[in-house]
Amino acid sequence: MAYPLRRTLRLEAPRSWQTLNLAELWEYRELLFFFVWRDVKVRYKQTVLGALWAVIQPLTTTFAFAILFGRFGGMSKQVDGPYALHVFVGMLPWTFFANAVMAASNSLVGSGHLISKVYFPRIIVPVAAIASGLVDFAISFLVLLVMMASYRVAPSASLLAMPLFLLGTILTAAGAGLLFAALIVTYRDVRYVVTFVMQLWLFATPVLYPITMIPPKWHLLYAINPMAGMIAGFRASVLGGSVPPNVILVSSISAALLFAAAVRYFVQVERRFADVI
Amino acid sequence: MSSDAIDVHALGKRYTIGATPIGASTLGESLTNWVARPWRRFQHLAGRGDGAADFWALKDITLAVGIGEVIGIVGPNGAGKSTLLKILSRITSPTEGYVDLHGRVSSLLEVGTGFHPDLTGRENIFLNGAILGMFRAEIVRKLDAIVAFAELEQFIDTPVKHYSSGMYVRLAFSVAAHLEPEILIVDEVLSVGDLHFRNKCLGRMQDLRSEGRTVLLVSHDLTSVRQLCTRAVMLQRGHLVDDGDPAEVTRRYERMYQDAGDEQTGAADRPHPPADYHLRRVELRNAAGAIARDFDAGEVMEIHLWSSGRAPENSYTVEFKLLNGDDQVISFGAANPVRATYYLADQQHFVCRLGPLPLTEGSYAFSFTVGVWNKARWDFWQKAVRFTISRCDLFGTGHGISNVHDGDFVIPQEWLAGN
Repeated sequence: MAYPLRRTLRLEAPRSWQTLNLAELWEYRELLFFFVWRDVKVRYKQTVLGALWAVIQPLTTTFAFAILFGRFGGMSKQVDGPYALHVFVGMLPWTFFANAVMAASNSLVGSGHLISKVYFPRIIVPVAAIASGLVDFAISFLVLLVMMASYRVAPSASLLAMPLFLLGTILTAAGAGLLFAALIVTYRDVRYVVTFVMQLWLFATPVLYPITMIPPKWHLLYAINPMAGMIAGFRASVLGGSVPPNVILVSSISAALLFAAAVRYFVQVERRFADVI
Repeated sequence: MSSDAIDVHALGKRYTIGATPIGASTLGESLTNWVARPWRRFQHLAGRGDGAADFWALKDITLAVGIGEVIGIVGPNGAGKSTLLKILSRITSPTEGYVDLHGRVSSLLEVGTGFHPDLTGRENIFLNGAILGMFRAEIVRKLDAIVAFAELEQFIDTPVKHYSSGMYVRLAFSVAAHLEPEILIVDEVLSVGDLHFRNKCLGRMQDLRSEGRTVLLVSHDLTSVRQLCTRAVMLQRGHLVDDGDPAEVTRRYERMYQDAGDEQTGAADRPHPPADYHLRRVELRNAAGAIARDFDAGEVMEIHLWSSGRAPENSYTVEFKLLNGDDQVISFGAANPVRATYYLADQQHFVCRLGPLPLTEGSYAFSFTVGVWNKARWDFWQKAVRFTISRCDLFGTGHGISNVHDGDFVIPQEWLAGN
């Protein structure tokens, strides 16, 4: 048996200041794995195109935006290199981010039955929802490599920095996702807010336009949106180019703060979930 | 370290009802609540509350469960059984007091939690096992045993959405049965599935007991509490009111809750009589002619029924349906056409002599109908009266047969040696 025998567990009223129990999370790591595995398996099980769906979404939005903003909006003159590639590179982490936040937000309510019947650290549910989105991301990243090859754009050594920006994106997605998920358990109407917020958030993030379009004096304010630094950094690390370091710094701090606050709020209210779900 | 497996100390769980809804479901409501709160608090302090109050689902529960004990929790709906289970399973947290659990705990509030219809049986075993707290390596090791126990070898790679409900339950239970907790907390999961599987489940519970594991079982099925448990406690409105030998506790519980009013005596008056012609009173009498509610198998019973007055017409019938403890109809009898007895309109007292009763130990009830066969039903008195068969030993061997495992009646039988 993996557990030490005769371990004593005390159940009592939640203290006013809850902290994340990392040891317990580690014990439940396999459950996290199984939730991700289930999500991925179920998602592709009864679909004709299977994993292709992971690619179709960012590709179609990319081409729609490329035609709309690139051709008619004259945006293609604002970026170095092909505009479609520019948008697709931004769209990859953004699609992951937006899907992850949406999935995480609705994950707790969707697992309401489970939550009222079995104990496990509740944070696993939204985290699994985010993690299963990474599979889609990995698939569409392969498409990006193909696309870069066809545009004859070679990645440089800066590609090594890409995982850091992906990590920042995951952190931000977890921050927003956990916050929304916990809020939606208690306040169902927050669900509509999430859709709305994500739409606005896209335009506050340099996905369709380059960060160079933002006047430098606004950069620090702009970078409070953690996704600003993450998307700009992601794109620069894949396609080359540079991002003002203060943007990266402020966005990173902002992402970390959002994540910490969300985890903090989540663990504070998670003991209530089963009573209100 | 104490020799207890579960220590419950001064446990209480409070829900707030009324003024602040438990789950204010929209942000708007919550904001309104928040704005209104100081005013309510003031009213409350001023002793003018709006009656909306705290509701203690559990209060002052102190209970020590020793290692190897199988403890049954009984109580009427709303007594706090589910709340206690939810606290012990860590689904919700107590408001005051604490629980110490000494050992690895598994809780089964239902079987098949987290099953996904699109996944195959095998995949669901892994998923469900993980949800119940098993490690992957442990599931891999037990996989064959789980599949064999569920008797689903052929279908294990079929998505469970194609399973029959029986197969589904078997698979779900099979996973649960292979948990090896030191403390098992079970809700009334025993009541699912067919009889064969229910027995398998009870057998598994008995195994757990003989392996010295601690089991806490919540059940409405008093017979299984009597059979499985070494101890029983009764909850009533959130308080622990009785603790002791399962046979005694369940008997006291039955006396308190199942035998309200006249039923205790094996007689009943119609509680809410219809305005029209109806049956108004029933008495069950034993061979000595006394009103009784406890019978032994093999005894005869007389059912006495009274109607409210003159019947609408001649040549009518009175019928009974016999129901078992699960409220399933298990037998039927009628003045006519079964016995070709036709009553006259003036007749107001009917007697049915019944028996010897071939029934197994358990609780039964009668429903009655009066009317004209195949034509009119003047009155139907559902579950008019209950009775129990307290002893079923038709052949005097000292071995009782209960309706929990062995069906509702016994067929006269003889066992011989063949050639």
